[in-house]
Amino acid sequence: MKNKSLVSITDFSKSDYLKILKLAENYEREPVRDLLTGKVVATLFFEPSTRTRLSFESAINKMGGRVIGFSEAGSSSVTKGETLYDTIKIVCNYCDLIVMRHPLEGSARFASEISSVPVINAGDGANQHPTQTLLDLYSIKKTQGRLDSLTVFIVGDLKYGRTVHSLLMAMSQFNTTFHFISPDELKMPEEYKIFLRSLGLKYYEHKDFTDIITEADIIYMTRVQKERFSDPIEYERTKNAYVLKNKMLNNTKENLRVLHPLPRVNEIDQDVDINPKAYYFTQALNGVYIRQAIISSILGLN
Amino acid sequence: MKDKILEVSAIENGTVIDHIPPKAFFKVIAILGLDKLDHQMTLGTNLHSKKIGKKAIVKLSDVFFPDKDINKIALVAPQAKLNIIKNYHVVEKRVVEIPDDIVGIVKCMNPKCITNSEKIITKFKVVSKKEVQLKCLYCEKITDQDNMEVI
Repeated sequence: MKNKSLVSITDFSKSDYLKILKLAENYEREPVRDLLTGKVVATLFFEPSTRTRLSFESAINKMGGRVIGFSEAGSSSVTKGETLYDTIKIVCNYCDLIVMRHPLEGSARFASEISSVPVINAGDGANQHPTQTLLDLYSIKKTQGRLDSLTVFIVGDLKYGRTVHSLLMAMSQFNTTFHFISPDELKMPEEYKIFLRSLGLKYYEHKDFTDIITEADIIYMTRVQKERFSDPIEYERTKNAYVLKNKMLNNTKENLRVLHPLPRVNEIDQDVDINPKAYYFTQALNGVYIRQAIISSILGLN
Repeated sequence: MKDKILEVSAIENGTVIDHIPPKAFFKVIAILGLDKLDHQMTLGTNLHSKKIGKKAIVKLSDVFFPDKDINKIALVAPQAKLNIIKNYHVVEKRVVEIPDDIVGIVKCMNPKCITNSEKIITKFKVVSKKEVQLKCLYCEKITDQDNMEVI
């Protein structure tokens, strides 16, 4: 993995991912390590993001590295009409690693081709966000003790949700049984169902978010975004039909944990937060350890 | 007996690309970069064809394409037939075959793809040849036959 960019979840093998998860466990035990002393990481966020950028910067700081960069395109030369090509060509002279989020799809692959230093994709439009997927895997493994043969429920926007598709691709390597809960308009795209069938994996689709969650080991909640609906009334109806409330967790399995890539709007009621099965805030914390593990793997610092 | 008159005259040596659908004619010219060649060439379109009704034909004197170049036209004219001419005789007949990878030529149909906003040579993996489907190596989205636009 040394010196290799991380652009897409398909770039690394299953064994690479398991190595990163293992490494993240070490960082969780001992997060402060001076492995990045003298190193500079550029965080180029052409599109704002709170969690992803701060958790990367936290990870870099805990390892003694320095961060340069910008948190929105408005404070970069993009406003002067500079191309992404030029920005990357220049920034790679100033740093040992680039972490980039960009609204256009494929931008991270392009950057990795022209950069002299490795690039970590922190989200390229609706395409890929591999570090989110790795932290989801880490959270699942940590709470369940394993990744193999789990029952995973995914709820909300299954059509456009980038994190959902990457999670599906990653978990499909671990004999997962999937349940998809969504309105008709936001169903899991056919291509992903064909993919699961080709692997002989079981999946079930549901329209109603009710007591079927009793079998779940993991419930992965996502935000239903207003802009996906042409009819605002339909949105109002839908958004309230896919809300997880504390009482719905009554008869669920002891080992169940609720995950969410965040930010949430109303899809997880705040009364769930006090339930020990709520895991989303710890999931966000895991993002720091996993990013430490990814950065040190790519820079060959272990 | 009435002489058979060729609508497009014969060549001594070179390549004949026959059975090009007329609507793909200018795309074939663009893909092969014929506008940049200074060889003698005869081009004809909307000619009568027993097989496909109307067809276009390209005759290029002293031009022989490597397979990887000529196969690119299969994207727009999969039924095109190649005749390699030596000394006024057809020495080889071939069909074109869609390659596994397409570099340049096609525009990614995803408006949010980086290749549509920066100066980037597009790259696709051909995921289906029957109903042509190209997967962009940048945005990872599929461009299909109906939405394929030749650059």
